[in-house]
Amino acid sequence: MSFIVYVPSDSGAVSLGANRIAAQLATEASQRNIDLTIIRNGSRGMYWLEPMVEVATPTGRVAYGPVKTNDVSSLFEANFLEAGDHSLALGVTEDIPYLKKQQRLTFARVGITNPISLEDYLAHEGYQGLKNAMTMTQADIVAAVTDSGLRGRGGAAFPTGIKWNTVLNTPAEQKYIICNADEGDSGTFSDRMIMENDPFVLIEGMTIAGLAVGATQGYIYLRVEYPHAHRALNTAIQLANEHHYLGDDILGSGQRFQLEVRLGAGAYVCGEETSLMESLEGKRGLVRFKPPLPAISGLFGKPTVVNNVISLASVPIILAKGGEFYRDYGMGRSRGTLPLQLAGNLKHTGLVEVAFGLSLRELLYDFGGGSATGKPIKAVQVGGPLGAFLPEAQFDTPLDYEAFAALWAVLGHGGVVAFDDTTNMATMAKYSMEFCAIESCGKCTPCRIGSTRGHELIDAIMQGQELDKNIPLLRSLCDTLLNGSLCALGGMTPYPVLSALNHFPEDFGVKS
Amino acid sequence: MTQPSTLQTTVQDVISALKDKPGALLPILHGIQDALGYVPSDSVPSIAQALNLSRAEVHGVISFYHYFRSTPPGQHLVQVCRAESCQAMGSETLEQHVKTSLGIDYHETSADGKFTLEPVYCLGNCACSPAITIDNDVYGRVTSAEFTNLIDELEKSL
Repeated sequence: MSFIVYVPSDSGAVSLGANRIAAQLATEASQRNIDLTIIRNGSRGMYWLEPMVEVATPTGRVAYGPVKTNDVSSLFEANFLEAGDHSLALGVTEDIPYLKKQQRLTFARVGITNPISLEDYLAHEGYQGLKNAMTMTQADIVAAVTDSGLRGRGGAAFPTGIKWNTVLNTPAEQKYIICNADEGDSGTFSDRMIMENDPFVLIEGMTIAGLAVGATQGYIYLRVEYPHAHRALNTAIQLANEHHYLGDDILGSGQRFQLEVRLGAGAYVCGEETSLMESLEGKRGLVRFKPPLPAISGLFGKPTVVNNVISLASVPIILAKGGEFYRDYGMGRSRGTLPLQLAGNLKHTGLVEVAFGLSLRELLYDFGGGSATGKPIKAVQVGGPLGAFLPEAQFDTPLDYEAFAALWAVLGHGGVVAFDDTTNMATMAKYSMEFCAIESCGKCTPCRIGSTRGHELIDAIMQGQELDKNIPLLRSLCDTLLNGSLCALGGMTPYPVLSALNHFPEDFGVKS
Repeated sequence: MTQPSTLQTTVQDVISALKDKPGALLPILHGIQDALGYVPSDSVPSIAQALNLSRAEVHGVISFYHYFRSTPPGQHLVQVCRAESCQAMGSETLEQHVKTSLGIDYHETSADGKFTLEPVYCLGNCACSPAITIDNDVYGRVTSAEFTNLIDELEKSL
């Protein structure tokens, strides 16, 4: 009798020992003369259960986790290969409420397939979107993306279809598709998960983008901190080239699209699209003035689509099932689904893809299970290091771009970091300024100098120095950063700083 | 350690292989750092010449990016994530423990040349905070005790 088990190859699972578990499963199986095939799948995104081992059974996959190396023997003894009972048994994977309550569109395959198997990708509805796109006109592909209501998932939420349309209608002998995979926002990892766990969906999305706007060259600008994603993408690109899903003659159509991964080098600001293009051109990652828009004059001065990983990875399902299918999810002007990332001090951290409209409270407690430490959640920072801190009073806000904007907050890339009541928010505000100072590209004065002055100022405030003078000064400095910076790094650092000050003045020594 | 002559050969090989790519500078710097562990300052003139740039421009790029090093790192590179999610899970305690046990601060290499310590701002492992890397391996939910074990294992192999 032969058995199949799944052990994730995702770097998060590996960081908790998945490789050791896989090795030990193989060793124990051979010692027990069991014919065992170990498939390295992606992670389901339930990181508190990682490393999570799944076993293929006639009634679907059943899960066990979190598995430590010293659990492996007892799993065999409990006959886990035939779904035997064990203290780590989680039942049928798909029935775990955390997964069952999700609406996985972009992440449909993540955790199910072997990430670097083209065969597996094709067996799970992969490349349906590209096949449909090849029968459509360029304008119709762009129209499908516009109709879906997809907005840039990197954080700015600009309508993807409108961006594509500008590039389509700008004549040029060369156009580019850039995937912004410089996922530097702390508390976010959905891009990483897509690239490590379903790299073909990103490749397919970029290929469709290339066909739609007439671009023949694509670049994935990947942060150097993601070596696992780098390997997965390069393997998948090679396979896609070999099977003519990329290259000079895509599926025999005579259409061309080449794709290359380029590595960043630890500069957060290169996640800003113009700085990213400077970096791709081999320069210091200094932010460019806009206009011209990248869609008109982008990489090497050519019309360029710059989209985030999740935006591009959402394109295949839109082309496979139609713009309306995607648009039917969501609320208001936020259409479709958002892969949210639960991080920081939460019991159940992980990836939650749901339609827009769920409340932050449902996300934090129904999915996240409350704080990991068991203490009250004091604040959550949504949207990365440049996102506002939200206090408990705002937890009923629906996850929707406009609802967050109305609170002077951002949904951004969907990262949610929770802090318990031991956190001092003035310390967090000081860190925001420090981070801005470390990562500033230095081109504009408000960001370059303002961040350092802000760091010093919060330090003085925390020591109780001249609060009557220094608090208004901090607000004035934030106003300068907000309105005088070239890009979002300086322009949004005031979000965490002022939200911390406004919602938690007592942490700054100010009586509320 | 690589001898100076082979070091120059390595640099030249990387340059020749990559110089015709559009925007070749970052790929070249990565190639050199992958091979040597750092980008030696005396490789700057060769890179500048190959790409028709000034030496100042090449130096400017190397110094702009946190990842590129101009000096060789220790035998093992330890990176501790300082970002918000890790802070929410006690990374500051871990950070202090790492600095004390290695006897160095950020951007420093221990006197015996065994360890270099660098901060990192997010490893995308925020669901398993606090996170660190040692060389090419990432570790999640790291406690001070676990860090000590990892370092002890490494010390044994040195």
